[in-house]
Amino acid sequence: MKNPFSHEVKIVGKITVGARITQPGNSMEYKTGSWRSYKPIIDKEKCKKCGICVTYCPDASIKRTEDIPVIDYDYCKGCGICAIECPSHAIIMKPEV
Amino acid sequence: MKQVIEGNQAVAIGAKLCRPKVIASYPITPSTHIPELISEFVANGELDAEFINVESEHSAISACLGAQATGVRTFTATGSQGLALMHEILYVAAGMRLPIVISVANRSLSAPLNIWGDNCDTMAERDSGWLQFHSERNQDALDLVIQAYKIAENKEVLLPAMVTIDAYSLTHTYEIVDVPSQEEVDAFLPGYKPLHACLDPENPITQGACAMPEDYMEFKYAQQKAMQTAEKVVDDVFEEFENKFGRKYRKIEPYRTDDAEIILLTMGSMTGTAREAVDKLRERGTKVGLAKITVFRPFPKKELITVTKGANLLAVIDRNISLGLGGATFADVSSAYINAADRPLILNTILGLGGRDPTVENFCEIVDRSKEVMKTGKVERPVEWINVRKEDVT
Amino acid sequence: MIEVRFHGRGGQGAVTAARLLAVAAFKEGKYVQSFPMFGIERRGAPVMAFLRMDDKQIRIRSQVYEPDAIVVLDDKLIKAVNVCEGLKSGGMGVINTKRKPSEIGFKDIKMATVDATSIAVKHGLGSKAAPIVNTAILGAYARAAEEFGVGKIGIDSIVKAIMESVPSKPNENADVAKEAYEKSIFA
Ligand code: SF4
Ligand code: SF4
Repeated sequence: MKNPFSHEVKIVGKITVGARITQPGNSMEYKTGSWRSYKPIIDKEKCKKCGICVTYCPDASIKRTEDIPVIDYDYCKGCGICAIECPSHAIIMKPEV
Repeated sequence: MKQVIEGNQAVAIGAKLCRPKVIASYPITPSTHIPELISEFVANGELDAEFINVESEHSAISACLGAQATGVRTFTATGSQGLALMHEILYVAAGMRLPIVISVANRSLSAPLNIWGDNCDTMAERDSGWLQFHSERNQDALDLVIQAYKIAENKEVLLPAMVTIDAYSLTHTYEIVDVPSQEEVDAFLPGYKPLHACLDPENPITQGACAMPEDYMEFKYAQQKAMQTAEKVVDDVFEEFENKFGRKYRKIEPYRTDDAEIILLTMGSMTGTAREAVDKLRERGTKVGLAKITVFRPFPKKELITVTKGANLLAVIDRNISLGLGGATFADVSSAYINAADRPLILNTILGLGGRDPTVENFCEIVDRSKEVMKTGKVERPVEWINVRKEDVT
Repeated sequence: MIEVRFHGRGGQGAVTAARLLAVAAFKEGKYVQSFPMFGIERRGAPVMAFLRMDDKQIRIRSQVYEPDAIVVLDDKLIKAVNVCEGLKSGGMGVINTKRKPSEIGFKDIKMATVDATSIAVKHGLGSKAAPIVNTAILGAYARAAEEFGVGKIGIDSIVKAIMESVPSKPNENADVAKEAYEKSIFA
């Protein structure tokens, strides 16, 4: 059976001494956006630009801007935490098609 | 230079000569003199290092691990409950392949509370991936600390190492130790150059990451391979040490084994007393010899089988007990012979737990029992406790 | 091989005495081994320490059960502890006491006594209640060993060992050893 986590494994192949990882920031290579079945969308009208969603996103997929925050859908995995934490209920989770 | 020093001093001086950069330690009887002395060396400028006072042994080894991961040599000392408290981090250090060296004052484990000697503490860590070196004398303690760094840091090995000294019978015993000069040790053990684990902002790495089921086993296999490689590296380093310092170490050191029918297998400080027993019995015409285990991990299977070739009986003596089985060494020794064509009868004796004094008479008694077993060729009770009041245990 | 057993109370310095004697014997070219009775150190509790010396390397590490000599730092211990236990016949005893050897009443033992307490107090080592007698008793040991030919270690070597390894008041400690050497009595 295929391991359900196998798409995450990066180091298969050469085993490093002491399991160290020598490519810093290599999580950039995992585009967790492919996991998403619900897509968070920020309602520009309701958003107070408080930045709480930025803090709570477990994948650091929301970036602060001058205007309302911007979600990077390459990495947003659709967990919905931002929608729950947003005090203004400005984020809705829309099913992916 | 020859000096009269105690075992703890020998370890502290040995460690100092290796110039560790970070020492993190929490005191525990009977190894407390070691961090006391090292903190003095640091305070008076003899040793250029950071001495970290921590709140437990778990923190002591964690601090060593963190420091070693930045790319410096580290040291700590402990024993007994202290080593047990380090247990979790011992595995982490080995898995991260950080060549930390520690000394362990072999002391029993509670309960009942007991501060005296046996080696249940190190035996409990035999599966942790640490190299293990055992001292018979204070000289060994000093020499083995120096050699342990060299072996541990070898690029084909990169495994942590523990050097043991028995509680009181070494830690608190003063005897003559030849202390090498700093120049001699520097020539033998150059400064530590981290090969894989270091903190370098130019070349950032992640250490201590998670490994998925796809990879975890390979990392363990790599550790096992490193242990196997260490077998050869230990021999090489022992040889280089002998050439430089004139003192010879061997993984298994034979004593009067050439024509021996019975061989006592010992470890640590009890060996000296056992040597006296061997000489005494030889005078009476008993063909008995002795083999001492200096390196317990990696376990020296080949050397053991070579040393015992021709002997009829191997009497394995354990100052520890793996409850529910027998002596810890006995189990390992037995496994070494499992596929050997020619093997001696193997007997196990448990003695000297919790500081009960191993005497010449104890070893003579073991040989007497061995002779009885050899007469019949049958081992009815493979594991026997001696010098114990069985009648009081109801 | 010569084996010596020291009896004292926690804090009196029996362990240090054994160590200093080891260092002195080492200075005379002997192999040495000294260690405390493996116990929990409590001030005032009876303690023991051991010394072995030999012309060849010492391998045995069991405690000393049949000493050639005993050294007692406090004569009140004699009531509490059998200080002569296991002492080899013809063995030697060195005791810190105001009494004479004949008044102690040990049989078959070559005995020396010395009032190490008064000597130590006179030179300002410790107080009357807690005198530090371990260096004084070593002077008496040197003298007794010479007198009886058991486990000889010269007073000069003992003084050197004291000067090198006693961290506080080395001169006073050396002086008490010398004075005790002179004032030991044998009958
Ligand atoms: S938490 Fe809600 S209101 Fe705050 S910035 Fe994010 S979307 Fe806007
Ligand atoms: S759904 Fe989850 S991953 Fe996506 S932006 Fe919100 S918190 Fe981040």
